[in-house]
Amino acid sequence: MVKKRKNLGKIKGFSIQFLPYSEIRDLDSDRRIRKILNVVLGNIILILQGKLRAEEETRLIGDTMAMIGHVKDFKGIELAVISGNKNDSIWGKMKKGIANALAGGDLGAITIIGPATIVKEIKRNPKKIELLLNR
Amino acid sequence: MAIKILKNFFKRIFSNLFRHKKDIKLGFYGPPNAGKTSLANRICKDFTGEEIGSVSKVPHETRNVQFKEKVEIEYKGKKMVFKMIDTPGIATKIDYENFLKYKMKKKDAKNRAKEATQGVIESIKWLDDMNIVVVVLDATENPYNQVNITIIGNLVARKIPVLIVANKVDLKKADVKRIESAFPEYEVVGISAKYGKNLEEFYESIFKLSKKV
Repeated sequence: MVKKRKNLGKIKGFSIQFLPYSEIRDLDSDRRIRKILNVVLGNIILILQGKLRAEEETRLIGDTMAMIGHVKDFKGIELAVISGNKNDSIWGKMKKGIANALAGGDLGAITIIGPATIVKEIKRNPKKIELLLNR
Repeated sequence: MAIKILKNFFKRIFSNLFRHKKDIKLGFYGPPNAGKTSLANRICKDFTGEEIGSVSKVPHETRNVQFKEKVEIEYKGKKMVFKMIDTPGIATKIDYENFLKYKMKKKDAKNRAKEATQGVIESIKWLDDMNIVVVVLDATENPYNQVNITIIGNLVARKIPVLIVANKVDLKKADVKRIESAFPEYEVVGISAKYGKNLEEFYESIFKLSKKV
């Protein structure tokens, strides 16, 4: 039986921007984060190919916190990283490691970053990811 | 050259001799309202008679990093001295309007939000100073939260030993297995900081983890 679709209600409209990894590959951490935050501060949901390094993720959170209260109506971000299969074999992990090293990053991953004023929550479990929007 | 080798040799011996004399810096990290301060309080109260900080149902009650020095934990006849570091909850968004639900005045809510953002920045800065970290998660909440993944990812990148605590197992909705399956590479201990449930297993894990320092 087909599940009944949830009523979407009145959504005012929002923009989504896709950023290929090649756009940030050669940037240092400072510039990467500035580029990402510039998009998000424009009330745009960003879909980034690949993912940031662990320390860049915390830096993004830190810089986001520093902007709350200083940028009008900015309340923070919603963030989710969808990565490859964790249960890869050792050989699989090695192959992925080599591919990532050649590409300069984990291109199999996708990072979603949205302004908290638009994205209420990014719900995820191992099988699906849901973007809940503010109305 | 020979003097330099000798100097390095003695430096290594002395640093190894005195390394274990230092207190182990034990950090409590996690999202807001997971029970970090409740757990730190429980341990401090049990072994020093004093608490580390106040707890509240309102998120972001801890907005500054709090310490308790020289906490000697005794477990099965073994003793270890820790410096306990309780950190503000890490979040990616803070909206003062959420605090208004707890009947807080607008001015106080705005002030709390401002302090909370500073608290998150402080928590992140302290990551480098930890020897071991307990990541406290609310066992009733979905563990697949990017904040949890980011914290653990950072600890791994810094080679800091991690123990995951699934807190609030006294509640019906608690699901420790869900946390275990979300983080299969880490040890997960289910506890109730509020009622002191399963703390023996927690202390055993902490002692085991301390050996990796």
